[in-house]
Amino acid sequence: MSGHSTYEPKTGFERWLDARLPIVRIAYDSAIDFPTPKNLNYWWTFGGILAVCLMTQIVTGVILAMHYVPNGDMAFNSVEHIMRDVNYGWMIRYIHANGASMFFLAVYIHIARGLYFGSYKAPREVLWLLGCVIYLLMMATGFMGYVLPWGQMSFAGAVVITNLFSAFDQVIPGLGTAITTWLWGGFAVGNATLNRFFALHYLLPFMIAGVVGLHIWALHVTGNNNPTGVPVKSKADTVPFHPYYTVKDGFAIVVFFILFAWFVFFAPEALGHTDNQIPANPLVTPAHIVPEWYFLPFYAMLRAVPQKLFGVLTMFGAIGLLFAVPWLDRSPVRSMRYRPTARWFFVLLVLATLGLGWCGGMEPDDVVIRTGQTANGDPTGFTVTWLARILTTYYYAYFLLVLPLLSRNEKPSKVPDSISTPVLSGGGAALPAGAAAEPQKKG
Amino acid sequence: MSDSIGLEQANAQPALGGGHGAAPGEEPSRRDFIHIAAIAATVGGAGALAWPLIDQMNPSADTLALASIEYDVSKVAEGQQAVVKWRGKPVFVRHRTPKEIAAARRDDHADLRDPATDASRVKPGHEATLVLVGVCTHLGCVPNFGGGEYGGWLCPCHGSVYDTSGRIRQGPAPKNLEVPEYAFTGPTKVRIG
Ligand code: HEM
Ligand code: FES
Repeated sequence: MSGHSTYEPKTGFERWLDARLPIVRIAYDSAIDFPTPKNLNYWWTFGGILAVCLMTQIVTGVILAMHYVPNGDMAFNSVEHIMRDVNYGWMIRYIHANGASMFFLAVYIHIARGLYFGSYKAPREVLWLLGCVIYLLMMATGFMGYVLPWGQMSFAGAVVITNLFSAFDQVIPGLGTAITTWLWGGFAVGNATLNRFFALHYLLPFMIAGVVGLHIWALHVTGNNNPTGVPVKSKADTVPFHPYYTVKDGFAIVVFFILFAWFVFFAPEALGHTDNQIPANPLVTPAHIVPEWYFLPFYAMLRAVPQKLFGVLTMFGAIGLLFAVPWLDRSPVRSMRYRPTARWFFVLLVLATLGLGWCGGMEPDDVVIRTGQTANGDPTGFTVTWLARILTTYYYAYFLLVLPLLSRNEKPSKVPDSISTPVLSGGGAALPAGAAAEPQKKG
Repeated sequence: MSDSIGLEQANAQPALGGGHGAAPGEEPSRRDFIHIAAIAATVGGAGALAWPLIDQMNPSADTLALASIEYDVSKVAEGQQAVVKWRGKPVFVRHRTPKEIAAARRDDHADLRDPATDASRVKPGHEATLVLVGVCTHLGCVPNFGGGEYGGWLCPCHGSVYDTSGRIRQGPAPKNLEVPEYAFTGPTKVRIG
């Protein structure tokens, strides 16, 4: 995949540039002529969607920063100023705020795609690890962005998340306090905290863009995985990226942005929280604090563990497992299409994660299955906390038990010999003439 | 490893043969010394440079110089609490009822997560006044007055329950609500900090 180049500079200027900085060649080889498996389905369009999401956040974010004031006394009002007075400010802010949600929606689908089709397996481990780094940076960026409007939820979120590090006091007394004081620049979340969060919220998306560059570089070394998980065997298995996938990705991007636009124009506050319309007040915490929806599963894990340090470790460990998954799943079969047992465990993992998200949005003492009631009529029974404990256990078991054990004991179904085989009746032997031939090049 | 050193030596000192190189088991050469010294200087220099860049995030001088505050506790009615801001944090000043004080003392030797007697958390002669940093020791939310099974505080975030002495009784928080440094400067005046 890498190494061969079919780019031929056409004009004198292109030849001149190609000899000095082969930038057009790189673009051509990676976005026009890049040989791509011919069987990629719509789950594969989310990479392109994510790239557009990142660009959207950067463009709208830089514009917001022209009007936003990162100061504890002025931040809230400056966001109101953007909403009411700045020309199209309401639209740009709603694109940015909902854009974060759309970005996370896309990244979760993208990660789930990788987990199902085994895209993390050799030789794509580094590609996968870079993706995990991007996800971590996204979480840091999203968290710090949510603090910027300096409403009550912004403030409570900043307090709770930074205080996670105070758990280190249980390892070395004083260590956690030293870390939180350092993060805050004071003895509590305050103006100094807001200021640095703004600086970092501006910086991190550009670091994400850098890691995305490495991610795509790694992709172009190994080439795409595909729904069968069978490596590309010959040219007959591929089509050039353009026009086949530029068009498919483009179509998916348009559909995705219709959903995005629906949120921006018809339900801009649906994913937000009303408490964030109240200016930050360090003396009062809202009655029911919840993080942004995309953090809810992890929040549920944190609350499921009654001990502070272990709660924090459980939460971070859940993300850590993603980094380890290439070495936990030893099955030689990549795609779960051909792993009839594993795919059901995968479906359960998705359900458990969604269930954890639901738990994260409820109160810990809310009763899921009612078995009785207290003297004053409150229901008792199986609580959200217990449900979250069961689901957290499953989440961990999937990575630490199911994947390692299954890769030894399961019996995969028959894997096709090549990408072309399963799509053609009769298998690879009796190909109708021309069916597996190289597709027509454009022009 | 020894191979590459050999090559380097040969290039640097072609006429001297291997005389100045340290083959395994031999004395370290002058070149080894220069390598180690250079690396040590670089690491030390980088560390010295990094420290100001890290330490700038710690509280600045004006933040550290935050003055203490005075408060007149007679402003708080019995059974109520006031919340005042000190160093950016909420401080609870609670005027406890005799019943609340009795309940706190009764539990002095209960099975406490962070054992402390009620007497150790108030000033002698001022047992009705409880002064606490209003920051949940779990993840820092501000607990709600009067909530929870013990009538002390209930944290809205993850359900930590504190008693009328501010001691942790239920939920994920590991420690009692902190008693700040404070003193009575008059019969009803406290200085916090
Ligand atoms: C990875 C990309 C990014 C993500 C996920 C992201 C996420 C967020 C989120 C969730 C908010 C809070 C929105 C709200 O509820 O009001 C926010 C606010 C903000 N972001 Fe970003 N952001 C990104 C990139 C950027 C960039 C590159 C800038 C450029 C400086 C920027 C500047 C701002 C500003 C000024 C605000 C405060 C105004 C507001 O709250 O609407 N963001 N961001
Ligand atoms: S912050 Fe109070 S219980 Fe978590």
